[in-house]
Amino acid sequence: MQTLTLGRPAEPHSLASSDSAVTSPGPLDAMETAPRAEVGTRLVEVQGVTKAFGAGPSAVKALDDVSLTIMANEFFTLLGPSGCGKTTLLRLLAGFEHPTSGVILLDGRYVVDDPPNRRPVNTVFQSYALFPHMTVEQNVGFGLERQGVRGPAAAERVSAMLRLVRLEALAKRRPDQISGGQQQRVALARALAPQPRLLLLDEPLSALDLKLRRGMQVELKRIQRETGITFVLVTHDQEEALSMSDRIAVMDHGRVLQLGRPQEIYERPVCRFVADFIGEANVLPGSLVGLATPFAAIRPERVMLAPVSTAETALPGRVVEVTYLGATTSCAVALDDGPIVKIERGDLPSPLLPGQAVHCLFPAAALLPLEE
Amino acid sequence: MAASSARRDRALLLAGPALLVIVVFMLLPMAIAAVYSFLTPDPYGGVLHPFTPASYVRFVYDRDLDDQLIFDTTYLQIFARSVVQALFCTLFCLLIGLPLAWYMATRPPRLRQVLVLLVTIPFWTNLLIRTYCWVLLLRDQGLVNQVLQALGLIKEPITFLYSDGAVQLGLVYSSLPFMVLPIYGALEKVDPRMVEAAYDLYADRWAIMRRLVWPLAWPGVVAGCLLVFVPALGAFLSPDILGGGKKLMIGSLIQQQFTTGRDWSFGAALSMILMIFVLGALMWSAWRRTRIGVAT
Repeated sequence: MQTLTLGRPAEPHSLASSDSAVTSPGPLDAMETAPRAEVGTRLVEVQGVTKAFGAGPSAVKALDDVSLTIMANEFFTLLGPSGCGKTTLLRLLAGFEHPTSGVILLDGRYVVDDPPNRRPVNTVFQSYALFPHMTVEQNVGFGLERQGVRGPAAAERVSAMLRLVRLEALAKRRPDQISGGQQQRVALARALAPQPRLLLLDEPLSALDLKLRRGMQVELKRIQRETGITFVLVTHDQEEALSMSDRIAVMDHGRVLQLGRPQEIYERPVCRFVADFIGEANVLPGSLVGLATPFAAIRPERVMLAPVSTAETALPGRVVEVTYLGATTSCAVALDDGPIVKIERGDLPSPLLPGQAVHCLFPAAALLPLEE
Repeated sequence: MAASSARRDRALLLAGPALLVIVVFMLLPMAIAAVYSFLTPDPYGGVLHPFTPASYVRFVYDRDLDDQLIFDTTYLQIFARSVVQALFCTLFCLLIGLPLAWYMATRPPRLRQVLVLLVTIPFWTNLLIRTYCWVLLLRDQGLVNQVLQALGLIKEPITFLYSDGAVQLGLVYSSLPFMVLPIYGALEKVDPRMVEAAYDLYADRWAIMRRLVWPLAWPGVVAGCLLVFVPALGAFLSPDILGGGKKLMIGSLIQQQFTTGRDWSFGAALSMILMIFVLGALMWSAWRRTRIGVAT
């Protein structure tokens, strides 16, 4: 593994590989479904933070009593639809906004009143916000210059950063002379160069096309590993969140609905919103599939089709639509009881034709009970 | 190849009207002026054929009674006075225009549109009329004196008109929008996210101004200074009307040659000299800028 001059050494017990299921919950972990073991240290503690825009009765709560803890060395993701408050939370961490109430601690220090230029926190902006009149090199060196790092030390760090994001060849170019993907990496290098304690990424990949985005996801993950800097990513792309994060906080309407490792969130969603937002899910009334909870969710890849009823939980219905997707086939079945179930599997019986009568099987192990 | 040449043809077609205007209304008159400047003036207006550099000689020499050439600085003084006047005008416009443009660019978008409209309102009225309005304001029985007297600040009216100050005021007044708008245009493009990014990267207010805002505003400042300086140099309305023509400016001098002076050749020669001076200054500043650009 490459050793970088910018590095606090990567923690030997990286959070990615640690099991978070065994520990006693601390008071600050109230929001976490699975409080984690004492690996790494608590870097950021957000306690009861509320942010309202406007005043009086017309005030809008962008964040409503949010508490969460971000560990050192972690790749943490704030996931949610637009307007869920994730960007507001990011701006509070950066210092661009001041919370209406609540406490934010960074390394145990109260930082709410610190302006952005006094926080060891850097941001990669969605629009990159590169300085158009400076070269790539000067952009990357800007934070260092402001920190008082000059001369050979600064030049060395800048070139280390450009190596890290693989842009050595473009050091002398200006932002308008390089592609969007390259600009993105310049923004990343610029934010990493001052060695922040915390790197905030505001939908950094949303402006890239699909293929570039995939590549950058891998790159980001690599860079996070190599630098050992804590990343907080804001995204509305659940796939991105699942593939990159150590832990995810799913947000909606200014609240954190669920916080946990990607697998936990995918396999054990706590509510309809999370089940629906993370991956695809069929949400059915619990009674329909023999559960006591008001709702139950099942992933399209876990529903089975059978021509005749073979189990108690099999429900009759008719095929409405069949789409061949190569590795899998997706089909929608209208149950006789009303709901439409989406199925996506590689082993669906063929031929499968619209209008065909089938039975849907919901294996008990695949059913996710939901309280709300 | 065919496609690219077709594209070139189309580009030429699109540029056609502009090229036509430049050739017919700019290059051609300039060529005529250049030719006229070397001909002999007809005392009844127009020019006669004998080819002579006399008009250029006249700029720096006078002929005494013995037809001897003596060095004469009258016209050079007028020229220098105009340059100084234009430089001061540019400076004042910059001092007023820069903060104004910054104020405008930092307002909410809706208010910004209103402010731009306000800045352009003077263009709705002819400059001649606006300059005469200043006469009405500044003369001894004008509005300014009346107000000052009514307030009891002065007893006798102050003579504002027909002074260098009045000329300068008129120049600054008419040039200010040309300074404000380009600077505003440059500042408006400064993305607030960029300012946030700099703030995030440990820059304080002063550093943001110096490293971000000023470099981005610079092209606007250069454009504004050119747009103010060049017309101010050749201005003749303000010196004539507000200055009472007491101190000749190069613009008025040229105008006189074509009207009362009936010396078209000398007028043409003066405009050529002025043009060469302006072009020289522009090229010098462009050369300097590219050199600075290479240095940084």
